[in-house]
Amino acid sequence: MNIPNSIVTLIAGIVLTLISLWYGQNHGLMPVAASEEAPLVDSLFNAMMTIATGLFILVQGIIVIAIIRFRRRRGDTSDGPPIDGNLSLEIVWTAIPTIMVLAIALYSFEIYNAMGGLDSAASGSGRNNPELAQKPGSAIAAPMPKERDGEDLAAGVGASPGREGSAADVVVDVKGMQYAWIFTYPDSGIVAGELHVPAGKDIKLNITASDVLHAFWIPQFRIKQDAIPGSTNQLRFHPQKIGDYPIICAELCGAYHGVMKTRIIVESPEEFQQWRQERIASSETDNNQLSMLAPSEKTPSDAEYASRYVEEKMGIDQQVLQQLH
Amino acid sequence: MANQGHHTPWWKYFTFNTDHKVIGIQYLVTTFIFYLIGGVLAGGVRTELATPEVDFVSREIYNSLFTLHGTIMIFLWIVPAGTGAFGNYLIPLMIGARDMAFPRLNAIAFWMIPPGGALLIGSFFVEPPQAGWTSYPPLSEIASNSGQIMWILSLLILGTSSILGAVNFLTTILKMRTPGMTLYQMPLFCWSMIAASILILISTPVLAGALILLMFDIVAGTAFFNPTGGGDPVVYQHMFWFYSHPAVYIMILPVFGIISDVLPVHARKPIFGYTAIAYSSLAISFLGLVVWAHHMFTSGTPGWLRMFFMIATMIIAVPTGIKIFSWVATVWGGKIELNSAMLFSLGFVSMFVIGGLSGVMVASVPFDIHVHDTYFVVAHIHYVLFGGSVFGLYAGIYHWFPKMTGRKLNEPLGITHFVLNFIGFNMCFLPMHWLGLQGMPRRVAEYDPQFTFVNQICSVGSLLLAISTVPFLINAIWSWIGGKQVGANPWRALTLEWQTASPPPEENFLENPVLWSGPYDYGIDNVHRDSDKPVEELLSEVQGNAR
Repeated sequence: MNIPNSIVTLIAGIVLTLISLWYGQNHGLMPVAASEEAPLVDSLFNAMMTIATGLFILVQGIIVIAIIRFRRRRGDTSDGPPIDGNLSLEIVWTAIPTIMVLAIALYSFEIYNAMGGLDSAASGSGRNNPELAQKPGSAIAAPMPKERDGEDLAAGVGASPGREGSAADVVVDVKGMQYAWIFTYPDSGIVAGELHVPAGKDIKLNITASDVLHAFWIPQFRIKQDAIPGSTNQLRFHPQKIGDYPIICAELCGAYHGVMKTRIIVESPEEFQQWRQERIASSETDNNQLSMLAPSEKTPSDAEYASRYVEEKMGIDQQVLQQLH
Repeated sequence: MANQGHHTPWWKYFTFNTDHKVIGIQYLVTTFIFYLIGGVLAGGVRTELATPEVDFVSREIYNSLFTLHGTIMIFLWIVPAGTGAFGNYLIPLMIGARDMAFPRLNAIAFWMIPPGGALLIGSFFVEPPQAGWTSYPPLSEIASNSGQIMWILSLLILGTSSILGAVNFLTTILKMRTPGMTLYQMPLFCWSMIAASILILISTPVLAGALILLMFDIVAGTAFFNPTGGGDPVVYQHMFWFYSHPAVYIMILPVFGIISDVLPVHARKPIFGYTAIAYSSLAISFLGLVVWAHHMFTSGTPGWLRMFFMIATMIIAVPTGIKIFSWVATVWGGKIELNSAMLFSLGFVSMFVIGGLSGVMVASVPFDIHVHDTYFVVAHIHYVLFGGSVFGLYAGIYHWFPKMTGRKLNEPLGITHFVLNFIGFNMCFLPMHWLGLQGMPRRVAEYDPQFTFVNQICSVGSLLLAISTVPFLINAIWSWIGGKQVGANPWRALTLEWQTASPPPEENFLENPVLWSGPYDYGIDNVHRDSDKPVEELLSEVQGNAR
């Protein structure tokens, strides 16, 4: 290779690296990061985007340059040079991707561990973990929820490494059904159609379903867990940014799958306590389950929601309903 | 007369014919018709998604549109087109055999496709199945039972057909090569068919098991997967993906083979790293069997299991990367003829790279938890199965059409087809990555209005994709009847299938063909490149120059 050629290659390599590094950090593809877990996932995604951008430009660049430089000229029926391999080149392009994927795997492992994915209590061994049963709750403001570990918890995402074995600040039982999410706070008996959580706390959801598979997804938190009838999966996370975020069903669950949505409302711990007290008070005066299930006034599809229930539970003829709409 | 193509009368294509070439074309035309049907269903999906509300079809019909779209595209187009059509047509010709090892079994395997397809499409008119192509229980056990049973029966028939085909491919490749041809002198398409056939034989029976248990649950009220009776729906997912992940490789490996054979011919250069490409097919085949649970990272699988499947999945990037780099190195420095076959091949490489890169991303557990079951995954599979498999199948059609018909496809129409296809494809599927990351789940008939504009771009792209099929159809039909006639070897290719007449006579070769060069010895000698000379003359010339 002559010198000007190597300089061009070198400059191209530097430019490619810089573009990849810049785009990997500034792609802007992810929604707001509103939980403690979200920035972890985003940093992993940025790293993967950096590598992917570099490889993408490299391969596409070589193809485009090859098409331009090595086009067959009209009337030229000769062949290209009989090069059928190059051992050192092949070793290089086997070794570099191997190192890259191992690095990504290791990084993913670290991130997953930091998110609590490898918490033994959430990895199927929770059933017979004596340590968990003995552990007293750590000092926290919220009242101690009754821990249900040791019953039928299947795998999910558990406590992050620093908090392993400790009880969560707020525990919510989540049930997915066609086509709604029901949130029960076992410590207070509150039942709600929207999920209220205090910011900055350790939240644990025990997720199950009553009919078919659903999946509990909060894009802004980067967390998802399938809701499986017959088993309970736990999902622990730490909401950070105060605000409303959508809770979306991500697993096909029937005709109205697309509208199986509700909200998670992240409040300051004080507001959360206030909401909790109000809810407890109202449930004491009004024992009607339906009023507690009242979805948000903001939800535009309230009427639709109700009609869906009629249709699903009461067995009203689909066609009749369609004509009504 | 050997250079005079042997034309099969048209009515023979509608009979139980045991000639592998007739069967190959039967597969190709039948599966392409199913591709068009699957495309119409996709058009229905994209029309519905042009607006955030449900206004084009009912929710139930919408769900059955994407259910049947996925099922048809996989089981009636890409799998039987990659293996059945190209495998049947090319393998005996490439290895110098007179036919497949079991010609009658071969014809039976093909004739299972039409009833299987009819059953699947019939289900739409009986009671449309609407549980997705994955048909996860319990939903698949409670929604549209009779349609679901037809779906199961159809897949059992198509799976059996696929197994019969695989037995045939393996036996033929291993036992029927022309005397003197070692495994390492085979075209790479044959290597990739070995890898794909092994996968079919190992994994398809497990899918059959899952489907039969699912049917018992529906018909006989058993509770294998039904939680109300104590069953476990996650077990179905394990069994389903034990087939359906390898199925992805069953769909892409034959296409890898096609690309490995098309690129050297039109770049006039030997394939770069023959052994590496051959072995990487086998490596992908083996690794493909131990990665299935990466579809289940949110299903409640234990943490350590997720880590195992994550690492196993990511390692597949290594043999895949070897192939990509080898293909790029093959065209580098060649004499690239930028015809339709080459455009689709290079389009394949560049689109498949995107699908491969997003594949490594979704293998990463923490990231996959966010994007699982979203449009990001829809984008990923389409970059692999459309930008990958379908582009590759088109490359194969443009490349081997002269072999099958003795006529070339029209180039300007082919290039128009490629350009429309390439733009439409990227317009349709590239924005879906963003949709998924931002929060749009897959399989929904209605979505958050903030995604309207991007969804409309996707829908316009899908329209362009549909339009791109028109020049191809005109081209294929018109060229078959009155296209430019060509000699035995219009591409001056070196693989054995080009060393006989186009279309080849019954039993392919007048005598056992002699290997005068390796399949990719471009640039080494120029003796036998003249397509105008009859095969016998070429043969005697070469034998005269025998090394």
